[in-house]
Amino acid sequence: MKKYISKKMAPHDLRRPFKRPTISDQQRRRELTLLRQNQSRRDAQNHARFLASSVLALHDQSQSPEPISEPPIVELELATQDDSKPETVQHGELDVLQASKLGGAEARKWFAKQLMLPEWMIDVPDRFNQDWYVFSRPAGKRCFVVSSNGTTVSRLRNGSILHYFPSALPNGARTKDNSGSALSYSILDCIFHESDQTYYVIDMVCWRGYTLYDCTAEFRFFWLNSKLAETGACDSPSHYHKYRFSLVPVYNCEETGLLTVYRGATPYVKDGLLFYNKHAHYQTGNTPLTLAWKDENCSQYVIDTDSNGQIPSQQQVVLELQDDGKLITSDDPPVVFGCLDSDFIVKSGLRSGNLLRFAVSDGGLSFVDGKLEKADIQYLGKSNRARAFADSYSKVIFQYMVRHSPLRFEDLLATVSSSTTEANEPSDVDMPG
Amino acid sequence: RNYKSVIFFLWLVTNCFIFLGQYMAMEITQVLLNAQSVDGHVRKHAEESLKQFQEQNLPGFLLSLSGELASEEKPVDSRKLAGLILKNALDAKEQHRKFELVQRWLSLDSNVKNQIKTCLLQTLSSPVPDAHSTASQVIAKVAGIELPQKQWPELIGSLLSNIHQVPAHVKQATLETLGYMCEEVSPDVVDQDQVNKILTAVVQGMNASEANNDVRLAATRALYNALGFAQANFTNDMERDYIMRVVCEATLSPEVKIRQAAFECLVSISSTYYEKLAPYIQDIFNITAKAVKEDEEPVALQAIEFWSSICDEEIDILEEYGGDFTGDSDIPCFYFIRQALPALVSMLLETLLKQEEDQDQDEGAWNIAMAGGTCLGLIARTVGDDIVPLVMPFIEENITKPDWRQREAATYAFGSILEGPSPDKLTPTVNVALNFMLSALTKDPNNHVKDTTAWTLGRIFEFLHGSTVETPIITHTNCQQIITVLLQSMKDVPNVAEKACGALYFLAQGYEDVGSSSPLTPFFQEIVQSLLTVTHRDDAGESRLRTAAYETLNEVVRCSTDETASMVLQLVPVIMMELHQTLEAQKLSSDEREKQNELQGLLCGCLQVIIQKLGSSEPTKYVFMQYADQIMSLFLRVFACRSATVHEEAMLAIGALAYATGPDFAKYMQEFYKYLEMGLQNFEEYQVCAVTVGVVGDICRALEDKILPYCDGIMTQLLKDLSSYQLHRSVKPPIFSCFGDISLAIGENFEKYLMYAMPMLQSAAELSAHTSGADDEMTEYTNLLRNGILEAYSGIFQGFKNSPKTQLLMPYASHILQFLDSIYMEKDMDDVVMKTAIGVLGDLADTLGSNASSLIQQSLSSKDFLNECLSSDDHLIKESAEWAKLAISRAISV
Repeated sequence: MKKYISKKMAPHDLRRPFKRPTISDQQRRRELTLLRQNQSRRDAQNHARFLASSVLALHDQSQSPEPISEPPIVELELATQDDSKPETVQHGELDVLQASKLGGAEARKWFAKQLMLPEWMIDVPDRFNQDWYVFSRPAGKRCFVVSSNGTTVSRLRNGSILHYFPSALPNGARTKDNSGSALSYSILDCIFHESDQTYYVIDMVCWRGYTLYDCTAEFRFFWLNSKLAETGACDSPSHYHKYRFSLVPVYNCEETGLLTVYRGATPYVKDGLLFYNKHAHYQTGNTPLTLAWKDENCSQYVIDTDSNGQIPSQQQVVLELQDDGKLITSDDPPVVFGCLDSDFIVKSGLRSGNLLRFAVSDGGLSFVDGKLEKADIQYLGKSNRARAFADSYSKVIFQYMVRHSPLRFEDLLATVSSSTTEANEPSDVDMPG
Repeated sequence: RNYKSVIFFLWLVTNCFIFLGQYMAMEITQVLLNAQSVDGHVRKHAEESLKQFQEQNLPGFLLSLSGELASEEKPVDSRKLAGLILKNALDAKEQHRKFELVQRWLSLDSNVKNQIKTCLLQTLSSPVPDAHSTASQVIAKVAGIELPQKQWPELIGSLLSNIHQVPAHVKQATLETLGYMCEEVSPDVVDQDQVNKILTAVVQGMNASEANNDVRLAATRALYNALGFAQANFTNDMERDYIMRVVCEATLSPEVKIRQAAFECLVSISSTYYEKLAPYIQDIFNITAKAVKEDEEPVALQAIEFWSSICDEEIDILEEYGGDFTGDSDIPCFYFIRQALPALVSMLLETLLKQEEDQDQDEGAWNIAMAGGTCLGLIARTVGDDIVPLVMPFIEENITKPDWRQREAATYAFGSILEGPSPDKLTPTVNVALNFMLSALTKDPNNHVKDTTAWTLGRIFEFLHGSTVETPIITHTNCQQIITVLLQSMKDVPNVAEKACGALYFLAQGYEDVGSSSPLTPFFQEIVQSLLTVTHRDDAGESRLRTAAYETLNEVVRCSTDETASMVLQLVPVIMMELHQTLEAQKLSSDEREKQNELQGLLCGCLQVIIQKLGSSEPTKYVFMQYADQIMSLFLRVFACRSATVHEEAMLAIGALAYATGPDFAKYMQEFYKYLEMGLQNFEEYQVCAVTVGVVGDICRALEDKILPYCDGIMTQLLKDLSSYQLHRSVKPPIFSCFGDISLAIGENFEKYLMYAMPMLQSAAELSAHTSGADDEMTEYTNLLRNGILEAYSGIFQGFKNSPKTQLLMPYASHILQFLDSIYMEKDMDDVVMKTAIGVLGDLADTLGSNASSLIQQSLSSKDFLNECLSSDDHLIKESAEWAKLAISRAISV
């Protein structure tokens, strides 16, 4: 009759564990399992949150029409483990790590598309003093610095490797300090300045796997300013940190800001000024939301030189030849500068896609309502093989203006001081270098 | 005609019931007696009849039982059983069954209930002890149901009127009823006026002036249960003084049971009213010291327990202070232990000499020496360093005495104080003692001394050996000797060998973070071999020896380094063979089967540890994988046997295997799936269910979208689990997290489950959003629940990211944001929830993008909550918050 147990008002059991560990090994196994499962869940979440978004952002840039079917994480693992070939892979499906395994022309083409390229300033944009930042561009090679999986690689605008080195950037060297996933990577937009062997960071594209492509310049600069220094990347070079990285002071486009960047001393040699629209995302390729400007006071190379470093008597431009013989700029949509007749094309052995060099003849460029109406240009030959793109429209015009009627610093200053009288905003407080 | 026949039919049916009722009323006595017959056949038949009666006519059944219990003419055995069946009809252990029974009682006709209650109250006056004692338990159960419903208001009044009745047995039965009642109902359903009357009656019954010992004992035991009702009375100095005086006087009663019950009251008071004890602590010390010294063992054990309980309180309070004394705890520490320290320690050291022979072989043993040593250990944790100089002279004096009791007591004292005092304080002594202990473990002629010595060595390694300890106890020079002695000792009698295994467990654990090279490496092979030999001893079933050997093997594997990976690999086929053999065994007795199951559980546990170890590094994982198919087929065979522990262990091991195998685990799914489903259906053994839910997560991460074909079944089962009120509540939060795992694995294919999962999450979210007034335990559970819900949302959002179907989630966005806002406002979330919650905000923004930007900007979470997280000191919270900020800025700026 076990079912019917009568209760007695009995003393309560007061035995305590005797000569026993407080938790059993079985409980320990359960707890360790839970720990592992939680960790795995967190990793899975982090992959979904950070890596996937970075990779997809890169995909988006490459105008690949087909949807992405593979989970991005898998691609990353392939990229890090498999050193052989992905030469055959279509560009559209590449991520930055895979791309960094590419050789020669493939890599150059891919990387060449990843940088945001300023247009040349041919007139002063609206709301210049409110919506724009300015900084002086360090003279040197524009490059893309990728740190991941224990190494750092810098690639020039044309995609070729500049340096392959250890750095204090996240996952930038094989050190024991592994804060974060080994697969997470960082991408910086830099200019390498030869004389002090320093990478000047002008923009941040990805940080520890967080993608910043879709963030405004305002946010990217904030992130750059708050994150870079804490890695130790700005410290002097050491065994695990071959090159120093440095921030470039950024100012609001106001009188003080402009005067500072134009006249102020910098640790680097200046090469013109760069203007960034505060609200613009990081857009690869040419964009009118970042602008370049220079004159003799802030740059050694105002007028383009030829391959011998001489200023040619006539302005030279590089244009791309199309199927139909049209000569276009690298803009999207392109601007047509002229047309080659098919006989000439055949005779000169030219093909669609060739980059061709022309000289602007005495007839010059003529404009109607601010639009190019006629260009008097003369064929010189094929361009240097290292060139990846034709000139942009704004570059051609800027160079033309420099030779004929330049946009002067005083003009810039004038637009700013005329408007600052009404909107007297504090300058560069939130953006210290 | 038709109408008439219906009437006739009804008449027939009614008469049948009346007839049946009368028949049962006449026969119930015999049926109840038959139900207790030694003849199994008769008993079974009687039980059937009772069951039928209950099913056909519940009110009639309960009425006849109460009538039987109340009737003085009936035999005591049938009365008693009638009462117990009545009691079982009102309460059950399982929560859902209990709920059903309560509802059933409440829906009974009130006349029936009144008749039953009258019978019960009447039975309290019965001179037959079994009758009135059973009735008092049934009354308490009815009170437990009705008082919270504001029914039976006259109960307490009529009980109290009994107190003044002349026959002592009526008084005794009434006091017992009050005691049971206080155990059944929660204090807030009885108003203070009635509480006062109950306490007055009870304390009067305890008073020394009460001549009848049975009454006084019943009253003392009733007070034990009524103490929880006395909150208000304990804040009143006069009333508290009175209660304390009566309790203390009762500890001096000539009747041992009364003294024991009175000390039990003191133990209960020590934890319930710790902060009120200061004025009485000196007197209580005197009373307890006298009891420990002179009284009979049951009383002395309670007296020691009083101080153990004070230690528990002070350890908790001091832990809450967190080491620095600026923190404020609700209850201040009165340092009772510190104040009484020298006297307490010498009192307890005396008890250590009162060991029983062979207490180490007896699993259930509990005596004054064991209680005294346990209390001494708690005191060491309470006061730390100060205990050391008080205990050392006792150790030094006794440790080399010819009487084994003295040597054992000295060793036990030493082992007891190793947790609490600082390593600085202990290390010098331990360094000297270590050699002595090692030699005693090999040479002492007494098993009891060896048992305690091995245990003490284990404590030394547990608390004074490891990467956090500055001066290592174990050095290059003595490591070999220690291991040799322990391995030798593992051949000793089972209880000593078990403690030696335990010592080795902690020795290995101390090398957990040793890096790439472990001092155990040269001995690894020998240790593993010795442990396997122990598991094969004929007497390994005694004293938990086999279990201890496997547990130690597990720890040795867990703490091993790459140097010994090849030897761990060699262990795989060995353990697999052992498991294979258990599965081949045929025709076992139920006793043998139980032992077999236990062994299977241990082997699965061991394999789990090995899989996890080898799976954690690429080269070993690669080699291990050659065994994966065989291991999996063994695990599947293990599911054929019916033991919850074995299922749980096998499930844990399969989770580890899935984690190590990755996508290739898909090939096992077809066969494994039914066991997975079985596990998810195991409501009763909820640990199995919980572990299985975790394994579903492992499989999701291993298979990713290859899990899709099984998702319909898994989701159906998980949804059933969530709606079941049978399932232990602790399993529900992980089930929600599991939704997230599934969605993350199958992405937008989760679409078809949204319509089921989302409402479930939504209503759980509403429940868990507001917790005002909940106790700590409830708040803790609520936070677990919130974390599960939030992990589900995270997984679902991330799963749908970049899918053309993200719009399907838009309808849920505003509710989810409200949920985040409301848990933020509630201000009682823990760090884990904070981290998960802010992550969900980011996931929502990340996946829904600009579509949700206005909703996000309206939410409090995107402002105050986010800012609070951004400035958090917790690295993980900050990381999630920074990410959320980024995701929001993208969503808003598009």
